Amino acid sequence: MARQSSRRPGHNRRAQYGLFASYLVTVLSALIGLFLVIISMADPVGFGIIRSGLAEISRPVALTLKQVVSGVSSADEIIAAYINAGTQNIALRRQVERDRPLLIEAQAIRQENDHLKKLLYLVDTTEGTVATGRMISSNATTARRIARISVGRMQGVLPGMPVRAPEGLIGRVLISGPNTSEVLLLTDSQNIIPVLRANDNLAAICTGMDDGTVEIKPLGVGNNPFRPGDILVTSGIGGVYGANIPVAIVVEQRYGVAIGLPLANPARVNAVAVQRPFDVAAPPAPPEEGNQAK
Amino acid sequence: MNHSPVTALGKMPTRWRLMATPVLSVMLASAACSFVPIIAQAPLIPPLGLLVLLSWRLIHPDLWPMWIGAALGAFDDLVTGQPLGASIFLWSVVLLGIELVEQRIMWRDYWHDWLMAGLAVLFCIGGTWAFARMGGNHTSVLLILPQIFWSALIYPLMVRLIARLDRWRIMA
Repeated sequence: MARQSSRRPGHNRRAQYGLFASYLVTVLSALIGLFLVIISMADPVGFGIIRSGLAEISRPVALTLKQVVSGVSSADEIIAAYINAGTQNIALRRQVERDRPLLIEAQAIRQENDHLKKLLYLVDTTEGTVATGRMISSNATTARRIARISVGRMQGVLPGMPVRAPEGLIGRVLISGPNTSEVLLLTDSQNIIPVLRANDNLAAICTGMDDGTVEIKPLGVGNNPFRPGDILVTSGIGGVYGANIPVAIVVEQRYGVAIGLPLANPARVNAVAVQRPFDVAAPPAPPEEGNQAK
Repeated sequence: MNHSPVTALGKMPTRWRLMATPVLSVMLASAACSFVPIIAQAPLIPPLGLLVLLSWRLIHPDLWPMWIGAALGAFDDLVTGQPLGASIFLWSVVLLGIELVEQRIMWRDYWHDWLMAGLAVLFCIGGTWAFARMGGNHTSVLLILPQIFWSALIYPLMVRLIARLDRWRIMA
């Protein structure tokens, strides 16, 4: 079809000026946009108030949809559970009987541990969950890996607090609004977590790859010692994440870089717990640590 | 799109309906990305707000003043979690670019529209990726290629949906 546009003003002076003004305004707003991007880069949480205000509005919708989706996605598990109920019941009862002595033993060890810690005047500051909530949505269109959870400032959630699921670490709070917070997932390439290999305490750095996996680099020089199957836990260094939170499992070595999968898959976990920062005296973590890893 | 819509006899759509429908549809599409109840592990979902904006712009060149990209882009930035200003800049540039291209081509076909939309999507997704990278992110460019690809593929569907909405908008 031929172009039908009033944006060809001909000899009408007023229309010409109007057209020129609209071009000018558009170019100016593009420049303002560019300027705002630069400000946002310098201070990524600067416009957090407006953003969390809007997240607040979308919260009920996202939360309801999330509940529907998690109900649907677990339907197959529920059906399978009905079918397997009888045999599973027997097997589980046997397992419980087998595990009971181990459980009692573990309780005894924990008591002993508490006792020893008291003797050493060690105080466990990691205990204490600030709030528990749900993962409701995420930045599915952008390159950053940020998710939204359903608790915020009114529940005591503050920026910098670590977020974990029962299975392992999820990330840390970036912006907290009244009832929602944005969480920088551990798979984001700007989230850097000091970790240890669980079986021999070999120190490493875990960085997100933005595609659902993490990259694990040893602190020491030399070959990458991580092999598939190694489990990594947080070391507690840096003061954000408490020690011994499960982080990732190494799945492969790619060009000398160990690639790990998060133990708590953010797409599958339902409930998450926001915890107090490990070291309360430490200053809050800077929101951008992308350059520190290099 | 083949036959022009006819309003019901003796009725005119309200001005509110004529003006607000396009704007609200873009805002709703932007917000839809943050309603989606999945925790994405990679950029997956096409930038729906941009696609709806492009659809309206290419169906109705005279619908909006050119600066609308800045206003709707600001809203998109806030709900999709990009650094504020990214969409303001990218969408303004896209609308400006479409304007300039339209002045040069005399005849416009469906394929021209699709090509323009595809290039706009490439520019916007690439632009947000570049902004994220300047901000210290290390996302590989391979991760955004699928998103660009199916965003360009989904444009014909979007433009049909918006054409449907447009019929509803014009017919009281």
